[in-house]
Amino acid sequence: MKFTGTDSYVATDDLMIAVNAAITLQRPLLVKGEPGTGKTVLAHEVAKALDRPLIEWHVKSTTKAAQGLYEYDAVSRLRDSQLGDEKVKDISNYIVKGKLWDAFTADQSPVLLIDEVDKADIEFPNDLLLELDRMQFFVYETQETVTAVNRPIVMITSNNEKELPDAFLRRCFFHYIRFPERDTMQEIIDVHYPEIQKTLVREALNVFYEVREVPGLKKKPSTSELLDWLKLLMSDDISPEVLRNKDPKKLIPPLHGALLKNEQDVHLFERLAFLARREQGS
Amino acid sequence: MFFNLFFELKAARVPVSLKEYLTLLEAMSLNVAEYNVENFYYLSRSCLVKDERNLDKFDRVFGSVFKGLEPPDNPDTAEIPEEWLRKLTELHLSEEEKAKIEALGGWEKIMEELKKRLEEQEKRHQGGSKWIGTGGTSPFGAHGYNPEGVRIGQEKSRHRRAVKVWDKREYRNFDDSVVLGTRNIKVALRRLRQFARQGAPDELDLDGTIKSTAKNGGWIDIQMRAERRNTVKVLLLLDVGGSMDDHIRTMEELFSATRTEFKHLESYYFHNCMYEKVWKDNRRRHTEHIPTAQLINTYGPDWKLIFVGDATMSPYEIVYPGGSVEHWNEEAGQVWMERMLDHFKHSCWLNPVPERHWEYTPSLQMLQQVMGQRMYGLTLDGLDKGMRSLNR
Repeated sequence: MKFTGTDSYVATDDLMIAVNAAITLQRPLLVKGEPGTGKTVLAHEVAKALDRPLIEWHVKSTTKAAQGLYEYDAVSRLRDSQLGDEKVKDISNYIVKGKLWDAFTADQSPVLLIDEVDKADIEFPNDLLLELDRMQFFVYETQETVTAVNRPIVMITSNNEKELPDAFLRRCFFHYIRFPERDTMQEIIDVHYPEIQKTLVREALNVFYEVREVPGLKKKPSTSELLDWLKLLMSDDISPEVLRNKDPKKLIPPLHGALLKNEQDVHLFERLAFLARREQGS
Repeated sequence: MFFNLFFELKAARVPVSLKEYLTLLEAMSLNVAEYNVENFYYLSRSCLVKDERNLDKFDRVFGSVFKGLEPPDNPDTAEIPEEWLRKLTELHLSEEEKAKIEALGGWEKIMEELKKRLEEQEKRHQGGSKWIGTGGTSPFGAHGYNPEGVRIGQEKSRHRRAVKVWDKREYRNFDDSVVLGTRNIKVALRRLRQFARQGAPDELDLDGTIKSTAKNGGWIDIQMRAERRNTVKVLLLLDVGGSMDDHIRTMEELFSATRTEFKHLESYYFHNCMYEKVWKDNRRRHTEHIPTAQLINTYGPDWKLIFVGDATMSPYEIVYPGGSVEHWNEEAGQVWMERMLDHFKHSCWLNPVPERHWEYTPSLQMLQQVMGQRMYGLTLDGLDKGMRSLNR
């Protein structure tokens, strides 16, 4: 059972080692990296490659750790008691299972994705320490202990909005997805758009890495933005020659909306274009 | 077996623990790395480093601990000097370093010297103090320590395998030696939380429901209430420029921690001491400022006031009208300080200067007195005390 990338996901050597170590040792894998470098997709692809079910838990600022285990629905029990429903005698009818419970009791060991763990409250990771370490928890209402039948493969992503506690980090494997180099990027594009013209890709990559190098960009375009942009270039039938055009008046790349995601960055480019034009004029 | 790596990492201040080391050994015994040096590097990195800021340190330690493990370089690499020269465009020099170049007789001279030595030198060189190579102290080469050094990039040779992965040190940018992370600051700031129920009722009020159900003769009557939210309001006044430049890192950490921790947070800047004006944007500080009186009128007494500054200045800047170093102030800084403190009932001063140095600075003593001893060091302990004092 080894992960070696899939036909729709290019995994670098170091990423494969980290994933395989996490699978073999049954420890969580913490994945960080620039937005849009494929952190969430990784879990999907690992599940696909190993043919495991995927259970996703998207964390929000209001998410509590206990919600991943279970919730006791007191209100519907109260209502049922009013209506004299027979169900009311058994408390377990009102325990709503969370994602961790689902993952622990699944027939086949699943891939559990805890997405954007840094969005939650600062104590959130600490509250999950024991559950992720021992893969078991206690349900107070029914006095039972839920233990993982098959230990799930746990993938955790973080966008670095908050620092994670040391005790939590010690229990994980860690991988930082670096921004892909040109060669890797070419592979990624080949995987996604096999029929695209080579020259278009070359020119597009030139423009893309140039844009990334412009100092002072608020949000540098990332892999997912490049892929979107290529899709647009293809559907609009833009020729490689247009991209190669070094006319300073057209410093802003065509269909830039896919690459530059906020108006400050677009303004920055317009200013640069203006400066370039003035330099040429003088 | 890998004790050296572990202790060297500890010595380089990469936070590694025994648990992580045991995990690595466990992974090794399960043969995850498959007896391959490169895989072992990836595996140990994934086990031992948990923060991208430490990746660079890890690469350096790994490189020095396992030096000589990899097969020797192909002798062909000896003939690459022209390639090195091309890499010269990759110079990474700070302003300071540029100034130091002058010490060797200026830029031109260094380049000339470099050319001369490149001609003299015939093979790849490591260590030593004259030849161009790696890890030495000669001004030319990579990973050296000479501030006058010219870095010759060594990312890729024509054979690709001549350069080890950890020697590339791709994580250079992230390195920073912050001891005190923002997480610790945030935990300390939590003391300042003040919960109140505000907004739309979207939470079940269990006690209220039971009470009103009982009143209703046993028929259920659900009561909802608003969620508890942190309602504390913080006004942050930051000293910038001059002597504060030494503390920029701590300040940035504190600032970014407060940004995310409080919903109601306003921050303004001042220089050295409070006077009749403050400003929001340091770039436009001379044109756009806000009268301090306006601050007092805008923010009610329920806002908690936090000054952050080193309080290190000439005593005249506090007590004399016109004492400010930057402009003519009609009223003394002390008068403005007292006005602010009169209005804002809860206030404290956080000082990045280590507490043991405080007694040697008269201005610091004076402000400590003005603040009524509510000046605390900008350490976790001080932050904790400061937050407690704000709640009192």
